[in-house]
Amino acid sequence: MSLSVTLTINRVPRTVELDDPRVTLLDLLRERLDLTGTKKGCDRGQCGACTVLLNGRRVNACLALAISHDGAEILTIEGLAESGVLHPVQAAFIAHDALQCGFCTPGQIMSAIGLIGEGQAGDDPERVREGMSGNLCRCGAYRGITEAVIEATHDMTVTTTREEAA
Amino acid sequence: MNRFDYVRPHTVAEAIAAAAMPGSAYLAAGTNLLDLMKIGAARPARLVDLNYLSGLDAIEQLPDGGVRIGARVRNADLAHDAAFRRQFPAVCEALLSGASAQLRNVATVGGNLLQRTRCAYFQDTASACNRRAPGSGCDARGGENRLHAVLGWSEGCIATHPSDFCVPLVALGAVVEIEGPAGARAIPLQDFHLLPGETPERESVLTPGELVVAVRLPPEAAGFAAQSRYVKLRERTSYAFAVVSAAAGLRIENGRITEARLALGGVAAKPWRAEAAEAALAGAAPGAAAFRHAAELALAGARPSGDNAFKIELAQRIAIRALTLAAAGTPDRLPALPASPFAPIPGGLHG
Ligand SMILES: Cc1cc2nc3c(=O)[nH]c(=O)nc-3n(C[C@H](O)[C@H](O)[C@H](O)COP(=O)(O)OP(=O)(O)OC[C@H]3O[C@@H](n4cnc5c(N)ncnc54)[C@H](O)[C@@H]3O)c2cc1C
Ligand code: SF4
Ligand code: FES
Ligand code: FES
Repeated sequence: MSLSVTLTINRVPRTVELDDPRVTLLDLLRERLDLTGTKKGCDRGQCGACTVLLNGRRVNACLALAISHDGAEILTIEGLAESGVLHPVQAAFIAHDALQCGFCTPGQIMSAIGLIGEGQAGDDPERVREGMSGNLCRCGAYRGITEAVIEATHDMTVTTTREEAA
Repeated sequence: MNRFDYVRPHTVAEAIAAAAMPGSAYLAAGTNLLDLMKIGAARPARLVDLNYLSGLDAIEQLPDGGVRIGARVRNADLAHDAAFRRQFPAVCEALLSGASAQLRNVATVGGNLLQRTRCAYFQDTASACNRRAPGSGCDARGGENRLHAVLGWSEGCIATHPSDFCVPLVALGAVVEIEGPAGARAIPLQDFHLLPGETPERESVLTPGELVVAVRLPPEAAGFAAQSRYVKLRERTSYAFAVVSAAAGLRIENGRITEARLALGGVAAKPWRAEAAEAALAGAAPGAAAFRHAAELALAGARPSGDNAFKIELAQRIAIRALTLAAAGTPDRLPALPASPFAPIPGGLHG
């Protein structure tokens, strides 16, 4: 069997020949495609640093085999800003100082986008914290992260409503 | 991670044929299997990838009022299915108390049932473990065993089954539908996982090549929808496995319990249904005395397997809490912290 996978990564189709089926989605991004924004913390599903959107849903790239996801759409932190304009979640993280060392930040931001898309947490801080519990922050920037997610939730909901009205 | 053959079946029949070869393992989302392969605790010679199968991904409402959940349904999709949530709220609460949103988005029904124990010695290939390497011994005995089993364990293995999902499922009488080289069969979830006995390496009734295709909830299981809860005690608020957990379902008429369901998690190598407790609750008036008595019956056969005598009392308290919450009624919306003992009890009770 040919071990090639075609993935649409940050809106660009990419075909990768795999010499080995053991390559995780995370290693594919980091080691083969030079997309090192997605971080490897634990490599075991325990920290959330590797969070990306897979077909629009947040997942841990470290516990997925690339070969299992032929045809999938992947969005990573590198694909968020468009024409130099930050994504509302990125902007909110900066506004709320939601980071210190920044290692967990790409995963936090991708997870927050997933959470907002799921629409289960709204602006309830307890639900936001629970919904973000799959992302650990060794620097303890949780307070800013929660505030940033709530602000981005508002921004993105208002924007959507405006777009719908237009 | 060891090298393996990679097989990509498109039908159930192809999958079963491919996995009948000894040393094969099915790969669902991989959140447990790949993790164990990375640390060498699982070393399958062949991975049969279920991600390209057609089917096994529907939540079907059956004509008899039961529900059939395909083995490839994602944990998050099941938990957020509105009709399923109305019928089986405790199952959704258990799902949402497990792992993280990222993991639930991919983890499958089949994989959740068949996830392996979190015993640290099982995961550490330098340790003796009868479950991973039959006959090698059990380093958990006399080791770090605070979180190990208090029910149904053997001298050979004291591990627990870590699933939250399975606990309300077993309470509600779920049935596992299986297809394999010798045909199809259906096994009550209660009989699906095996206690360790002399053969801890045999974790379920599945034989080589057998595939879980669905989990079915019988029509009467939805009769507990108005009064059912899952409660899970963890060592941190979220994103942690159960120390102990309990699922409870009640049907109450004219101030009397007409039927009760109770199961415990984190206490044994399988989700533990407490039938003696259920029988004692039937006909009783719901309240502290009946719930305490039921909890004592549920743990009647419990024995510590190490530094874990505390789990016996803790499991009783969690069972009482689950029954108390079930009696208070299923909330319209799940609490912000699903299954958490930190969520207040309606009516201002504190545990
Ligand atoms: C950090 C972390 C925290 C977690 N916390 C929790 C928690 O709090 N509560 C909880 O319940 N779980 C928890 N989990 C476990 C998680 O629920 C499981 O990893 C997940 O459900 C497994 O599903 P999967 O589809 O990824 O299975 P896989 O990893 O793909 O497979 C698991 C096993 O099931 C077998 N298998 C899969 N599908 C089938 C099938 N249809 N028929 C036969 N065999 C099959 C595989 O061969 C393998 O042996 C956690 C996991 C991680 C990594
Ligand atoms: S308790 Fe069971 S799984 Fe853990 S080391 Fe002993 S034999 Fe292995
Ligand atoms: S690197 Fe994937 S969860 Fe930690
Ligand atoms: S900012 Fe340092 S780990 Fe989160």
